[in-house]
Amino acid sequence: MSMQIFVPRDSTALALGADDVAAAIAREAARRQLDVTIIRNGTRGMLWLEPLVELQTPEGRVGFGQVDAFDVPALFDAGFDSSHPLALGRVDDIPWLARQQRLTFARAGLTDPLSLADYEQHGGYRGLRNALTLSSADIVATVTASGLRGRGGAAFPTGIKWNTVLRAPGAQKYIVCNADEGDSGTFADRIVMEADPFMLIEGMTIAGLAVGATRGYIYVRSEYPHAIAILDAAIVQARLHGYLGANVMGSERTFHLEVRKGAGAYICGEETALLESLEGKRGIVRAKPPLPALAGLFGQPTVINNVLSLAAVPLILDRGAQFYQDFGMGRSRGTLPVQLAGNIKQGGLIELAFGVTLRAILFDFGGGSASGRPIKAVQVGGPLGAYLPESEWDTPLDYEAFAALWAVLGHGGIVVHDDTADMAQLARYAMEFCAIESCGKCTPCRIGSTRGMEVIDNIRQGGGVQQVILLRDLCDTMLLGSLCAMGGMTPYPVLSALNHFPQDFGQAAPATRAA
Amino acid sequence: MNTPFAAGQVGAILAAKAAGQDQLLPTLHAIQDVLGFVPPDAVPQIALAFNLSRAEVHGVITFYHHFRSTPPARHVVQLCRAESCQSMGANALLAHAEQALGCSLHQHSANGQFALEPVYCLGQCATSPAMMVDGALHARVSPARFDRIIAQLAQTLEPTLEHTA
Repeated sequence: MSMQIFVPRDSTALALGADDVAAAIAREAARRQLDVTIIRNGTRGMLWLEPLVELQTPEGRVGFGQVDAFDVPALFDAGFDSSHPLALGRVDDIPWLARQQRLTFARAGLTDPLSLADYEQHGGYRGLRNALTLSSADIVATVTASGLRGRGGAAFPTGIKWNTVLRAPGAQKYIVCNADEGDSGTFADRIVMEADPFMLIEGMTIAGLAVGATRGYIYVRSEYPHAIAILDAAIVQARLHGYLGANVMGSERTFHLEVRKGAGAYICGEETALLESLEGKRGIVRAKPPLPALAGLFGQPTVINNVLSLAAVPLILDRGAQFYQDFGMGRSRGTLPVQLAGNIKQGGLIELAFGVTLRAILFDFGGGSASGRPIKAVQVGGPLGAYLPESEWDTPLDYEAFAALWAVLGHGGIVVHDDTADMAQLARYAMEFCAIESCGKCTPCRIGSTRGMEVIDNIRQGGGVQQVILLRDLCDTMLLGSLCAMGGMTPYPVLSALNHFPQDFGQAAPATRAA
Repeated sequence: MNTPFAAGQVGAILAAKAAGQDQLLPTLHAIQDVLGFVPPDAVPQIALAFNLSRAEVHGVITFYHHFRSTPPARHVVQLCRAESCQSMGANALLAHAEQALGCSLHQHSANGQFALEPVYCLGQCATSPAMMVDGALHARVSPARFDRIIAQLAQTLEPTLEHTA
């Protein structure tokens, strides 16, 4: 019986030497004349443990964390025994993983991402099989009933968007997947693409059936070469096995899918800029209306959804709307893949039903800061999300609860900063980033961001209260006058930093504005 | 400089791609993948193939940070500048990199072998700070790890990497 050893091919694992580890295992096995099969699985999401090497045993898969190529001979010497210092025991029993509610990421790390057989064995393509027995309207109704909301940040109900496209007249409709995951602190889309690409392909195929679209594009940022390579390979396989193409699963229904590579423009994560980019133009934001659902790619009705929204669909069609709806709180149904990042001891992907508090994420899962210093602020929802001080960490992760705090849950990316962070510098960075990445179409964003940097510089150099008033005024203009979220939400990190941490701006501490 | 050599390569790529404008980005990627940059002298040739104005093609090339209009250094070092990496010392790492390579962001090292470029998120945020060197990812990059990675590349270089102190 061959030893089965799993070494992730996830890009974080690669960035920490997984290829060297896999090569060392192969070398060591050959030297010892052992029959070893190395499987390059996806990540389990416990990114701080990468490269996480697993061995299949009769009791399940046992793990060894943060393995370096130099550790490999010793691991073989110890017979991959649980007494080895890197041993973690059964991976499924690790509390960090065991306490999650994995729906979208149920397969992540278990399977070889490019094995269609693995995907089918772990529940893959059951959703599409069901969808093929339903009418378009029934598929849309199922997604609507599940309560799924767009996971890209705006949280718009997916079923309602699909219904608009279904009802829109159009000769050629499109499904576009927004995989331009440019926000710092987010990697859930990347993990879907690198660990479970067939799930995204299946979700897009179902979307195509739901609205009558026969063509789809996945727009992936150029900073994700590994995800692009895996998706490309997975699409070829899906096509070869009849899951894509002119006769999807023998149904005589058509769905063609291709990957398009971005070119390093953050703004192309904005849906209309993304569509412009797909059309071969500068990624300039379009004014809405018309909605992309009515006049999207090449002017045709287009579903444009985030990776996680589309990836949730196969399960909903497999297990039913009610199954998904049963997770969550309030109007936030299902699960949220939280991405815990930055200055945190145990960062990675935490999928949980909506409703858990930020504090539980930071300490129960994260284990506190990586530096060991007190956590000062956490930014939730990417570079356009607000900074939250400790007084707000008991907020449940729920779209409405965050909105009530003048914050955004967004896509659930959380970046942790310890007490060495200079919030005025981070506020300035938010303006600087906006200036670098603004598409330039609207003035509040294009000019406001540069003026914002200057005003924050003035404040940091002791410019006084007049400059603070000016900054607030400028933020007001950007907030209300920008065409899209780039300029419209840059004030979130800026003003939240100013409001919660005025000392960092050289201003007096807030009198009575806790929380 | 658009040598006849490059013009021929660009021509071959243009011939292989459909002329619809939605193929413009894939075409520019293909050109940069082969030549390392998109030569400004190739713009008229590209514009002709796509039935676009030179201004439109130039506009697209310059809009996207990924596309270069000048040849890259032999090694491209991309340091992540985004929030997560900042929380784990990316600013100090940048200062270290600038000193080690003897150049600022957007510049080439003193010996012309390394380009130092910013990047805004490589998706490695749970193991910050991150960088990409010639397409290879590195996470948890301390200044010491940065030096080791650069030294490995510099070993193959003549002359050896110069430090400016």
